[in-house]
Amino acid sequence: MATRTKTNRRDFLKIAGTTAGGLFIGFNWLGCESPKMEVLSNEQVLSQAKNFNAYLSIAPSGDIVIYSPNPELGQNIKTSFPMVVAEELDADWNKVRVLQANLDTEKYDRQLTGGSGAMPHSWGRLRKAGATARYLLIAAAAKEWVVPSSEITTSEGMIYHKGSGKEASYGDMATAASMMEAPEDIKLKDPKDFKIIGTPVKNVDNAAIFTGKPLFGLDFYREGMKHAMIQRPPFGMKIKSVNDAGARNVKGVTDVFTFDNNVAIIGDSTWPLMKAKKLLKVEYEADGLVESSSDHDRLFREMLDSWKADERRRDGNVEMAFKNAAQVVTAEYQCPFLSHSPMEPMNFFAHVKENSAELIGPTQTPDRAASTAAQILGIPKENITVEITRLGGGFGRRLRADFVEEAVKVSKAINAPVKVTWSREDDITGGAYRPAVRYRFEAALDAKGDMVGYKLKGAGINTGNSTRQNNFPSGAVDNVLIESVNHESSITTNAWRAPITNFLAYAEQSFLDEVALVAKKDPVQFRLDLLEKAKANPVGGELSYNADRMIGVIKTVAEKSNWGKNPNVSQGFSVYFSHRTYVAQVADIEIENGAPVLKKITAATDCGMVINPTGANHQVRGGIVDGMGHAMYGNLTFENGLPTQTNFDKYRLIRMKEVPQVDVHYVASGYDPTGLGEPALPPTGGAVANAIFKATQRRLRSQPFIEQKEFQDINLEIRRG
Amino acid sequence: MATFNLKINGKAHTVDVEEDTPLLWVLRDHLGLVGTKYSCGIAQCGACTVHLNGAAIFSCTMPISSVGSDEITTIEGLSEEGDHPVQKAWEEIDVAQCGYCQSGQIMNAAAFLKKNPSPSMEEIENAMNRNLCRCGTYHKIREAVAKAAKI
Repeated sequence: MATRTKTNRRDFLKIAGTTAGGLFIGFNWLGCESPKMEVLSNEQVLSQAKNFNAYLSIAPSGDIVIYSPNPELGQNIKTSFPMVVAEELDADWNKVRVLQANLDTEKYDRQLTGGSGAMPHSWGRLRKAGATARYLLIAAAAKEWVVPSSEITTSEGMIYHKGSGKEASYGDMATAASMMEAPEDIKLKDPKDFKIIGTPVKNVDNAAIFTGKPLFGLDFYREGMKHAMIQRPPFGMKIKSVNDAGARNVKGVTDVFTFDNNVAIIGDSTWPLMKAKKLLKVEYEADGLVESSSDHDRLFREMLDSWKADERRRDGNVEMAFKNAAQVVTAEYQCPFLSHSPMEPMNFFAHVKENSAELIGPTQTPDRAASTAAQILGIPKENITVEITRLGGGFGRRLRADFVEEAVKVSKAINAPVKVTWSREDDITGGAYRPAVRYRFEAALDAKGDMVGYKLKGAGINTGNSTRQNNFPSGAVDNVLIESVNHESSITTNAWRAPITNFLAYAEQSFLDEVALVAKKDPVQFRLDLLEKAKANPVGGELSYNADRMIGVIKTVAEKSNWGKNPNVSQGFSVYFSHRTYVAQVADIEIENGAPVLKKITAATDCGMVINPTGANHQVRGGIVDGMGHAMYGNLTFENGLPTQTNFDKYRLIRMKEVPQVDVHYVASGYDPTGLGEPALPPTGGAVANAIFKATQRRLRSQPFIEQKEFQDINLEIRRG
Repeated sequence: MATFNLKINGKAHTVDVEEDTPLLWVLRDHLGLVGTKYSCGIAQCGACTVHLNGAAIFSCTMPISSVGSDEITTIEGLSEEGDHPVQKAWEEIDVAQCGYCQSGQIMNAAAFLKKNPSPSMEEIENAMNRNLCRCGTYHKIREAVAKAAKI
């Protein structure tokens, strides 16, 4: 499929199940019998399949089609969602085909990827979708065999009646079952009977990925499609003049024009556009704040010292607690901007027609893509289709619709289908970063070394609230003050994997390590004591976390990492709750030939039930690698509104040889599953920094570590085993 | 524009492009072989890795004019049925997260194992260090390369 043409799939879907979450049956369509073929194509299966609801169709051949509505960017949702449906259906996983659903706000709600929220949102819906279809298949068999439903059993896509010895496949009963009415209430399986959930099911797109099939947005080509690249302005600037003579002279460039504050270059293939872009001469002038990183460093001081802050939480009498404190510990932590840098740069296809538009590409928010296009074009949103390709990473960058907006505007301007491709340089310099933040922490200790006061003030560049005021240690300390202060910058920012907590966790967990040291307490026991207090007698109002579950991961990681047992290993501890999931980590550093070697990170995670152990391990390990890589190396600085680092030669990402061993453990807490795309990342920087302190007595209070003067002569090595 | 006669995946192809066009964009834009990925364009990430006479190269910085009659192999031509030992190992170990970098990883691993059929872990890491994976699948990649060496 070199070009993705729409077959009748969309029409087929239109007559399928109705409500969001789609549990409604009542559709009857095309009852033709399947030809007896060994392997049917997806199109063949779809042309015969009976739709049971928004997620699920069953063909007379026994092939089961499960639609995965949420965008897949590596979090493995395209495999784990169908596993849940197939589980309750009692399907034979080998007969399941998974298709990415297009945007359909009638059938699905929350059809987006962000906030690690898909599984907790859809867990119940997916189970019901599978269980309802199973119920109907049983009912159809009971009717045909004239036996009670209660005597019928199912297993791996087969229906059995023991008494009469009758049996049928799901395919045999699909037509009859799809015409029956769905029950209001449906009994779900007891988790102890799960056969698919909890097993290591392989990524459903493996074969396509490993043979180079077109899957990603950038792989989309269509006959007659134009290509476009765009020159965007530095932050805080606007176009003063454009000289496009050189660009227009490049063979293969068909048009150059200015729209908004951008210059679009149009052509028939990608390379001429890349050449032409280098020949564009665009002069810019200030149109707002034109900032450099040195401005931010100065601003952080001013914001923390003298700007009026927003109070986010206040418990007890903080002023009194600090006045009466036996000791006060204070520290500041700072992080830089980061680019998301997914391996697939931003891109999108748009074909704007007279009163409709077709959008195809990698987006975490297909609904936002449709709304954006509708608004630009002034046409009803219903007239816009969005086909979601696989995403070559996202990390939050693809929550935005700026790249969709560009594709729509360019397609409209040139009156042709167009794919807008961002170069890597465009992707890194084109905005929407993890914001730079500086935190000021203060802790008041009483004479016993107990933390009786805690203050956090966060200063951020376009962060909004840079704190998470209801997270730990709130609830565990009698006197708490949490404030945030924000500077509105021309540099665009956006959610970046584990927004805010991707840095806050490191800062806070490093600071608590400092406090534990001053209090002469073991860092793990220090947290456990605080959590026991939060559990027994929580301080203040709303708290976002469950103290028991946090205690659970701490105890598990302490046990699995042999915390404090080996005097030759310098260990750093960190724990964080974010996105409904609890993760504790311990980093191990050993001294070899006089040099500290980071060898291992042990993680304990409570994400409730683990749907797919392979996928879960991927997310935990991947989050740790990501968290460590950016803490060590990630840095995006600015000079007069322009990023200094523009590609992977200067914007450093972690590589294979920079990754320690990662051991992954789970706490079986018995809760429903929560997401894992983000929560393993936040604790990692803290665990690594605390281990580095333990081994070298150097406290790293800013990221990236490699650029801190405290880090320079440590000569940290990273090796497995 | 100039005409280039190329040998790709055992087949002859003729393309009419500017001579500075990187092999990557000839493959993707002109021949529909989109398994070879664009990511950095400056030979830093390895997503564009293909084989030139069996050796792993970055196709993003290889002008088409310097390819000549050399044999190119892309991920699409690594095996007929997707069953090259490296592809089998990648499936068995279930390596991918987003998957975007994996064809480049597989092509690099395949060329490396041809040169060094029974590598040490250190040799695997040295060879694979030139390929970036933003999702952080490095543990599985090294495991899969070691596995492929045994298939």
